[in-house]
Amino acid sequence: MIEAGLKNELQKQGVYVTSLQELYNWGRANSVWPLTFGLACCAIEMMAASMARFDLARFGAEVFRPSPRQADLMIVAGTVTKKMAPLVVRLYNQMPEPKYVIAMGACAISGGPFKQGYNVLKGVDRYIPVDVAIPGCPPRPEALLHAIMTLQEKILNQKLTGPDRPRHLKAEVEGAYPVPVYGRHDLEPPNNPALWQPPAIKR
Amino acid sequence: MQTAQNSYLVLVLLAVAAVGFAAAPLAMAWAWARFFSPQKPGKDKNAIYECGLEGKGDAWIHFRSEYYLYGIIFLVFDVETIFLLPFAVAFTGLSVGAFVAMIVFLLLLVEGLVWAWRKGILTWK
Repeated sequence: MIEAGLKNELQKQGVYVTSLQELYNWGRANSVWPLTFGLACCAIEMMAASMARFDLARFGAEVFRPSPRQADLMIVAGTVTKKMAPLVVRLYNQMPEPKYVIAMGACAISGGPFKQGYNVLKGVDRYIPVDVAIPGCPPRPEALLHAIMTLQEKILNQKLTGPDRPRHLKAEVEGAYPVPVYGRHDLEPPNNPALWQPPAIKR
Repeated sequence: MQTAQNSYLVLVLLAVAAVGFAAAPLAMAWAWARFFSPQKPGKDKNAIYECGLEGKGDAWIHFRSEYYLYGIIFLVFDVETIFLLPFAVAFTGLSVGAFVAMIVFLLLLVEGLVWAWRKGILTWK
């Protein structure tokens, strides 16, 4: 590994050095293709972000794929109802590795203004791992751009080797998450215990 | 002769470079998927994509062939309206011969409709 000071010094002389890891991550970070997947009003902001005014194409993320087979990023844009939750998890499972999730807006994070509703999932992180969460109701397109930049930063810092490499490079870790089923009163299980546990109530 | 051969050599080199330029990233992607990135197939990932729903039934179903005849008859009269519009616009300035030709055209199509009707095609079975 080359140290940052030497790298800077070389760059001033017009010599650019990089590692395979940096090159690979640079390529991945600048071509994050999201899934065409809108659940509620946040999707309108997502569409606005991909259009000419906010121009998501500047970050290489404008190619919204109509199939999970070609997508890298799932933007959970809107309220996840309990009816929709198994579909969201199944779509996530159908995406190839490496895959990332942005929880866009208050609803995707926690249920938002519909949190008290009997039919609303109180946060998509109960079933799938969320990489970036954007607060707001709905968040403006700039917030989505910021989330994409945050995700790019995260991708750039991922290691390809070693024990702290991301999940998708570990052969023994399962890529799919269990899809909940419609139970009598609620989804079963109500959350994926490996991902999210209800906070312990102290009395 | 010598210069002509050299100029074609450049083309060959360019072709090789072009193929290499396209093939190298594909080969690298293949090698990466083959040797570094672990494959993680699963029940959901290999399932049919149905917008997140589970696939139901078979994709290889039969369509009723009667629909084909409906489609043909619809198309014939759809095209007829395209001819009828200029006919209606130019109606006052038309000669008797043009009028008779148009009526013959219409009657031919109506005859076809009568034939289809009597044959019982318009009744959905």
